[in-house]
Amino acid sequence: MKAKGNVFRYYDNVDTDVIIPARYLNTSVASELAAHCMEDIDKDFVKNVKKGDIIVAGANFGCGSSREHAPLAIKESGISCVIATTFARIFYRNSINIGLPILECREASEKIQAGDEVEVDFDSGEIKDLTLGLTFKAEPFPPFMQAIIAEGGLINYLSKEEGK
Amino acid sequence: MAMTVSEKILSHAAGLDEVHAGQLIMAKLDMVLGNDITSPVAIGEFSKFNTDRVFDKNKVALVPDHFAPNKDIKAATQCQCMRNFARKMDIKNYFEVGEMGVEHALLPEKGLVTAGDVVIGADSHTCTYGALGAFSTGVGSTDMAAGMATGKAWFKVPSAIRFNLTGKMKKYVSGKDLILHIIGMIGVDGALYKTMEFQGDGVSSLTMDDRFTICNMAIEAGAKNGIFPVDEQTLAYLKEAGAREPRIFTSDPDASYEKVIDIDLSQLESTVSFPHLPENTHLVKDCPEIKIDQVVIGSCTNGRLSDLRIAADILKGRHIASGLRCIVIPATQKIYRQAMHEGLFDIFLDAGCVISTPTCGPCLGGYMGILAEGERCVSTTNRNFVGRMGHVKSEVYLASPAVAAASAIAGKIAGPADI
Repeated sequence: MKAKGNVFRYYDNVDTDVIIPARYLNTSVASELAAHCMEDIDKDFVKNVKKGDIIVAGANFGCGSSREHAPLAIKESGISCVIATTFARIFYRNSINIGLPILECREASEKIQAGDEVEVDFDSGEIKDLTLGLTFKAEPFPPFMQAIIAEGGLINYLSKEEGK
Repeated sequence: MAMTVSEKILSHAAGLDEVHAGQLIMAKLDMVLGNDITSPVAIGEFSKFNTDRVFDKNKVALVPDHFAPNKDIKAATQCQCMRNFARKMDIKNYFEVGEMGVEHALLPEKGLVTAGDVVIGADSHTCTYGALGAFSTGVGSTDMAAGMATGKAWFKVPSAIRFNLTGKMKKYVSGKDLILHIIGMIGVDGALYKTMEFQGDGVSSLTMDDRFTICNMAIEAGAKNGIFPVDEQTLAYLKEAGAREPRIFTSDPDASYEKVIDIDLSQLESTVSFPHLPENTHLVKDCPEIKIDQVVIGSCTNGRLSDLRIAADILKGRHIASGLRCIVIPATQKIYRQAMHEGLFDIFLDAGCVISTPTCGPCLGGYMGILAEGERCVSTTNRNFVGRMGHVKSEVYLASPAVAAASAIAGKIAGPADI
């Protein structure tokens, strides 16, 4: 599986309150959430994001509230992948559980710039910045998480396990 | 091989002789929690599961607290979704408005969590129950759905940081000051994916309410869980709450820790976190003059009886600053009634405060105290992110109930010694 798109660049400690502010959490409809994605730190995100685009951020991406609405809003907005130095742990779990691809890669997070065209190969963990002509390697998921992703998320994975 | 208390609880729940940091396990759950924001998403996911019942109707807790009593039609619809699901599944621990409270104050009070439990909740502050010696952590809605269906959750066993506490805190210094001090020291990702384990002679001097506050904000350092040892105070609390029989686990003396941090509680002072991260801590005595518009005393962090008592102690016979709003939110119905009977409400009302029914309300910018552009609030809540309590250009300063009450009187950030 591959993703290719242009980069929206953010820095450390992007919290789930700015990814999707709580004032919009009176709904869980993904399209309504996506309409307000990132608006408190980047009011132009929703206007400019195109299907396949990629978010690159610093450390502790998705910290704060456990709201699964945050990765849902990002996924629904068309983002194909989030690359960060590290992810907050609940956001990490939620992303795997709902099938939003995420990769931890310090070097990519440090070098990739806003607007760069980036291609990601999820099978190899290879991240190519086509604008800068640089290639980075992210840590692949442990086999257990790969299995969850391969089954299309946690619910499918567990349904299958329970059936055994 | 030696294990930490968290490893022991997880190994028991996974049915394994031992587990160690980094290991992926499937653990049995003693409680699965959701609120009116996260449950509707979980209920949607649950419906994809091939089952028509939850794994155990006594081990699911559903609490409408975030936007309840319903703040608008959409919030009402979400609460209705949860209520209907609770009825359909015959969930025993669904708490309607009138019985409900802020979830992390409510569950311990109702005796729904005991020592040795493994608890997940679709709310990041589920880590609060580590105060009772439980392994307890926040998850998302899909994990909650899977937990309700199967009674299990997967975990990567966390490594641990040990905080060795000694001494005793000074008057008006509380658990909030300790946890803010720690977050200031290690940063908002200082315990990322890890356990924050509190140990040492100083533990016995911390009240249960202090311990709840400390574990509650472990997530604000990125931690998976916070946990305290079980002592006489814990056992007395569990007994009074009517909790199930505790299973007491203790860390082996030679258990492995990534780091050990010594903290002398007697050296702590009133602390406040400036916008827009909990790690931006300053001692109150070093604060420049910062005028404020609002004070909030409440939340899963600091809406318990002892928090209200401290605030009342400072507000008694005084009045809040002219033009300031002070909103007091007892965290549960029981706390509300007790505060009323103790005469705390008269003190708050005489001081010019308003008293709200239990709700998370303003903490996450829901309702019941939203900030306008440029407004500042001193709050006993847990997050001060951009836009957390309202307008993107508003500011939240996190502090203890003592500092919040003193600031309300002064109209600017102040400690009990300043008024």
